[in-house]
Amino acid sequence: MNLHEYQAKELIKKYGVPVQEGYASSTVHEAEEAYRNIKSQTQNNFAVVKAQIHAGGRGKGKIKGTEQRGVAVGKSLEEVATIAGNILGGTLVTIQTGEAGKKVNKVLIAQDVYYPGPNPTKEFYLSILLDRAKGQNVIMYSTEGGMDIEEVAHKTPDKIFKEWVHPSGGLLPFQARKIAFNFGLKGEAFKNCVKFVTNLYNAYVGLDCSMLEINPLFKTSDDKIIAVDCKMNLDDNALMRHPDIEALRDLAEEDPTEVEAGKYNLNFVKLDGNVGCMVNGAGLAMATMDMIKLSGGNPANFLDVGGTANAQTVEAGFRIIMKDPNVKAILINIFGGIVRCDRVAAGVIDAYKNLGNINIPIIVRLQGTNAEEAKKLIDESGLKVQSAILLSEAADLVKKAVA
Amino acid sequence: MSVLLNKNSKVIVQGFTGTEGSFHASQMIEYGTQVVGGVTPGKGGSTHLDRPVFNTVADAVKDSGANVSIIFVPPAFAADAIMESAEAGIELIVCITEGIPVQDMVKVKNYLQGKSSRLIGPNCPGVITADEAKVGIMPGFIFKKGRIGIVSKSGTLTYEAADQVVKAGLGISTAIGIGGDPIIGTTTKEAVELFMNDDETDGIIMIGEIGGGMEAEAARWIKDNGKKPVVGFIAGQTAPPGRRMGHAGAIIGGAEDTAAAKMKILSECGVHVVASPADIGKTMAEVLK
Repeated sequence: MNLHEYQAKELIKKYGVPVQEGYASSTVHEAEEAYRNIKSQTQNNFAVVKAQIHAGGRGKGKIKGTEQRGVAVGKSLEEVATIAGNILGGTLVTIQTGEAGKKVNKVLIAQDVYYPGPNPTKEFYLSILLDRAKGQNVIMYSTEGGMDIEEVAHKTPDKIFKEWVHPSGGLLPFQARKIAFNFGLKGEAFKNCVKFVTNLYNAYVGLDCSMLEINPLFKTSDDKIIAVDCKMNLDDNALMRHPDIEALRDLAEEDPTEVEAGKYNLNFVKLDGNVGCMVNGAGLAMATMDMIKLSGGNPANFLDVGGTANAQTVEAGFRIIMKDPNVKAILINIFGGIVRCDRVAAGVIDAYKNLGNINIPIIVRLQGTNAEEAKKLIDESGLKVQSAILLSEAADLVKKAVA
Repeated sequence: MSVLLNKNSKVIVQGFTGTEGSFHASQMIEYGTQVVGGVTPGKGGSTHLDRPVFNTVADAVKDSGANVSIIFVPPAFAADAIMESAEAGIELIVCITEGIPVQDMVKVKNYLQGKSSRLIGPNCPGVITADEAKVGIMPGFIFKKGRIGIVSKSGTLTYEAADQVVKAGLGISTAIGIGGDPIIGTTTKEAVELFMNDDETDGIIMIGEIGGGMEAEAARWIKDNGKKPVVGFIAGQTAPPGRRMGHAGAIIGGAEDTAAAKMKILSECGVHVVASPADIGKTMAEVLK
């Protein structure tokens, strides 16, 4: 699950991680109120308006049809109100959203971190994630903050540092110090950075994050260390122990068909091809998508119906797939093990009858327990459903359907 | 010698009296697996499926001599169940549970270091040695006895591969479902290594998917140590980057864990890579000729 910047910042703040302060606002009125608060706290006329969407590249992205950037500085109440008005309700297109862009329902009105002070400001990069191969969490950091880290990794790999955290001891003090030293920090800034990194790691573990990225990690002119942006991805498997965080899920950011599929416990990912598919098991589902491609089609979705492929799940799957007007054919691929194929076939027939008019070819491949009986049931149902037993036969039928 | 499991393996079921545990324990018994008992904390001393129930894995090991455990415990408690098994000296721990938090598995992986237990899974269909023992949830009848070993991250795709192998006139020695989570016990490479050293296995089918570097690691090992033909398939050639494809671990994180990148490395290391999942069995039969 992904969170918005303002939500993620609230969560890490509770772990003692200093952040660029701000207020999330859904209306221009709220944005003005937020600006007044920020101004009275910081004694600074400047404030930053930041579009809240689940995608990066907001600063360079623009609101569709305008020149308004997704992150912009306002120098007065009027300016902040204008920018907030431009962004709210608009569609922000960034390098990560694709051309369709994402609708902005909230802006974060945040303090300007470039306020004057005795020392120069600095920007760093820091993220915490899982190293799958080692089975350990790793802190990845760089002096090149505020930039696209993949570009930094590609062009100047020597500027990326890694610190692995051993599960038995957690992040040790010397490791946090090493990070602050590698950033080149001294004095108060050094101390603040050690505290920042330690608390951030505690937040990563405590919140069950699968990825936590601070870019930029900012040193202010008075040597505070703060998170100016915060990208947080949470481990879906761990949400059971964080019901308060699960409540922060923003369904507006997700594909509506995927949200609906979730209600039926179907694991669905929308793609942009022309052949829908419904499969039991994630690996077989991916393999079926690949086979569709090799047969000349393009998969319209990933859909794992799980262990129980009955009439209800098949019907829900049909309905969800057929919402997509690009779908020219549907392939159902079930390997019946514990689930008997003839039961699945009966489910397919019921679902088909319940739905009435299906105007596209349906190909059903049932293999495993009672596969022959299942094929007979389908063939004798009188429905316009093509049946197959071998995977290669199903591939041939897809080939014909998309030809 | 077969891989991991044989008819002498003594199996206990953790989460024995639950719905899943009961159902699959019965299926395993029917297959001929020596299920010697089960563990459900608080129900020790009772009997379930005509077998003793124990409060702890240690009690079960002491009383029944179990050396294999299969776990059907809910995700929130599964990591603990794995560690309890390891502490009790179980040699082979098979964890079926799907949905264990990743940070729990970070702890488990660390806990198992230096212990003699081997973990299979989690989020896997289990292990089956054809005609000897099944410790898993797979439909046993598909796995006709033969000399092909299967290692796979996926459940139904394993059944698909086994079925194709049998239809191609071959059979299965052992099939190992290693699981689709980001952190798992036994890796692809370790499973391949077991089959390379098994005198009852002539050929190996290796089924991987997008995400992580396990297939590449296995392929490099095969290049240096391979003495039996390996047929490889990588699921997710059409998966978009950054999206989770069902399995928690099936997500493209960078240029190196795409299906295309993995297929290239496998080919370069001498693995017979098939693009279509429909060609797995056929190709195995061809390369063995």
